[in-house]
Amino acid sequence: MKIQVLKAVTSANDAIAAKNRQIFNRNKIFVINMMSSPGAGKTSLIIQSIKKLKKKLRIAVIEGDVASKIDAERIGKTGIPVVQINVGGSCSLEAHMIGPALDKLPLDKIDVLIIENVGNLICPAEFDLGEHKKVVVASLPEGDDKPSKYPVIFSEADVIIINKLDLESVLDFDIVNFRKRIEGLNPDAEIFELSCTTGDGINEWCNWLIKEARKKRS
Amino acid sequence: MHELAITQNLLATVLKEAKAAHAEKVTTIVLVVGELSGAVSDCIQFYFDVLKKGTIAETATIEFKAVAAQLKCRDCGLKFKPENEIWSCPECHKQNIEIVGGRDCFIESMEVEP
Repeated sequence: MKIQVLKAVTSANDAIAAKNRQIFNRNKIFVINMMSSPGAGKTSLIIQSIKKLKKKLRIAVIEGDVASKIDAERIGKTGIPVVQINVGGSCSLEAHMIGPALDKLPLDKIDVLIIENVGNLICPAEFDLGEHKKVVVASLPEGDDKPSKYPVIFSEADVIIINKLDLESVLDFDIVNFRKRIEGLNPDAEIFELSCTTGDGINEWCNWLIKEARKKRS
Repeated sequence: MHELAITQNLLATVLKEAKAAHAEKVTTIVLVVGELSGAVSDCIQFYFDVLKKGTIAETATIEFKAVAAQLKCRDCGLKFKPENEIWSCPECHKQNIEIVGGRDCFIESMEVEP
């Protein structure tokens, strides 16, 4: 007997992601899934954002890494709630990993939840975690051709951040060319240029976070 | 490497569908794999052979259907296959490109026995 299925291969994950999203919406939490290659500066950006926004937004973080608690400890020093997930052999967070982490967070006291995915530009693009927005962080040392090499993740991002702007004078990264590639693939993406080292551009990004968090709460 | 998770998802869906149809055995799964889906057929096959043991899909085989990537130029509307490193329209040479095919990986159908 033949059964027509026509379901995405990740449909089991997507069903759990939808439940996660219901939890986020019920608690009016704005959730971002932050993705990048390893070393692009996700954790640094999260720490800078917490420092800027600590008095304006109640932020919590879920950290995904293959191993170690290094990132959670770095973020924990800012005094906000943080949960570390070690994915072991997996190369990405998956929706089912989020539920147990949420049990450890004070959901009624959070405005923004930042989920820092495992550093990887391929696998995290395939797994919905229940987030509201996908944020991809690229950095100058990676080269301006990254969007052409990993078109899927860049074409599906809601926000693309160009980090390590302070290194512009010593690298041959062509920001105009990078933006052109992004705008070609994904004209709807919002782009922020910033440096976690100098703080340049952080305000614009933080204002976006405040705006989106307010939309969720209203 | 996320094929392990993809294959776990695949098997969960297959077993759920088989149960809903009151089937006792799954014999074939037709899986459509897009070129831009991020899934590698050989890896899915490898993990499937490990994961299916002890389930009603233990003797099932996967029939893979490859779907090529298809792009569309947002300016002139031309549909084409990506051939160069930088995706640009072969007609108007602009880089305003949308992915219109080959992004999905889905279970099309499956064959079961009662």
